[in-house]
Amino acid sequence: MNDALDVTLRLLIVFVVFLTFPLIIGQTEHKVMAHMQGRLGPMYAGGFHGWAQLIADGVKFAQKEDVVPTGADRRIFQLAPAVALLPYLLVLLAIPIGPGEGAVGQVIDAGIFFVLAVMGVGVLGSLMAGWASANKFSLLGGLRTAAQLLAYELPMLLTAASVAMAAGTVSLPGILDAFEWWWLPWQIVGAIVFFVAGLAELQRPPFDMPVADSEIIFGAYTEYTGLRFALFLLAEYAGIVVLCGLTTVLFLGGWHGPWGADGLGWVWTLLKTAVLAFLVIWLRVTYPRLREDQLQKLSWTLLVPLSLAQIALTGVVKVVIN
Amino acid sequence: MSLAAATHGFLSPTGVEIAFLLVGLVTFGAAIVTVTTRQLVHAALWLVVTLGGLAVEYLLLTAEFIAWVQVLIYVGSVVVLLLFGLMLTRAPIGRSPDADSGNRWAALTVAVAAAAALVWVVVDAFRATWIDLDGPAAGSTEATGASLFQNWVLPFEALSVLLLAALVGAIVLSRKAKAEAATASGSTPSGSTPAGSTPVTRSEKEGTR
Repeated sequence: MNDALDVTLRLLIVFVVFLTFPLIIGQTEHKVMAHMQGRLGPMYAGGFHGWAQLIADGVKFAQKEDVVPTGADRRIFQLAPAVALLPYLLVLLAIPIGPGEGAVGQVIDAGIFFVLAVMGVGVLGSLMAGWASANKFSLLGGLRTAAQLLAYELPMLLTAASVAMAAGTVSLPGILDAFEWWWLPWQIVGAIVFFVAGLAELQRPPFDMPVADSEIIFGAYTEYTGLRFALFLLAEYAGIVVLCGLTTVLFLGGWHGPWGADGLGWVWTLLKTAVLAFLVIWLRVTYPRLREDQLQKLSWTLLVPLSLAQIALTGVVKVVIN
Repeated sequence: MSLAAATHGFLSPTGVEIAFLLVGLVTFGAAIVTVTTRQLVHAALWLVVTLGGLAVEYLLLTAEFIAWVQVLIYVGSVVVLLLFGLMLTRAPIGRSPDADSGNRWAALTVAVAAAAALVWVVVDAFRATWIDLDGPAAGSTEATGASLFQNWVLPFEALSVLLLAALVGAIVLSRKAKAEAATASGSTPSGSTPAGSTPVTRSEKEGTR
């Protein structure tokens, strides 16, 4: 296969994953939440258990008028959804799904740094939306988004650094090549901190103070309608895919499975990612929203010390086994 | 530059060189807009373009690690902090006529002098060095780490002490402001209410960054 075709094919696959996986997770969320709350959830669209509900939603969003408030900063208001969404597409490129070079969109030498850096850029979209809407609820939402990002980026980076120390490399496929089963108990604290911090960065419940719909009316996205609003929602679900995929790759061993599964590595990756995504939905249904000061306290007094302790533990064990 | 160009053909630049020049121009333009625009938040967003452009330049020079760290620290954190500060204080939509400084000529002089010094030092140091794009990556994480912790340990450690000093300074300043606010208001809320505790976490956060 020649190079151009190879690259095009990879990009196409990543793009298809980017378009379908968030929808699958969204549909699962509809159904899982419904059953956990004693409801049925969508049942009509598409016939079988409402499988086409999100497609119908998408069509509805596309039909709506695209409104820009008079007082808003037009260009930034319109640009914000793209800034929020595109980084997740780029991150998906770097997540390996199976062993070998064939199973990753693009091998990146400093993979962890690439992934975390680009994910951080996505938050700029929410900030831009919050500011440019010329709406005080939006501005509050933007402020809370920024405060949350600043608080939770640090523990996320520190725990990712712990894995990098354990593996002796910062490339994502390299980390998976070095993975051993006993990393699971060794890095478990880091895994939990990473996952929780990631949830907070995505502003998923119970960390959804920046978009708290019952008090600041969806925060930065208050003024958005139609397709642009749908893009923000898509960004949230793409974020879940990326976070679950990353946690799988960094902490759960990605394509490694308990039974030597040759050629089935990608099944393991997808399975672990799906279980984590289910956990994300479960947490949403279970916990009430954290207050802003509780949010900050959780990060600075619990997650940061825990991640520092994890780094110390990683360092000590690494020195001992060497 | 001229020596290097002489051996590698100045008139038939490769694609990478053309891309480097174009990205450089975009970065330069964005930097100029950053300091001249009258819209405060736009200035911060143009800063994102500038810093992102720099990251692309690092990438083109094969310094992959530095490029991603640049995005992580500057675009992901410093600009977010800037926007946070702007939103907390004053971020009007549209132009701010008073967003100007009387020091603009002094600032321009300092900027030009600093740029001249940097360009001179870099040109003097890397006069005829040529990066072989097809060889092993000269700026990979491994190469950067090895040179940082073998040849440049002392500056690295000095920098970390500097950052520590800034951290301690930020904490001292925030505590002083808090103590003054407490004596001014007379009654001291113990910090158990949400309104009392948020400013503390905020300043701590800025200190850590």
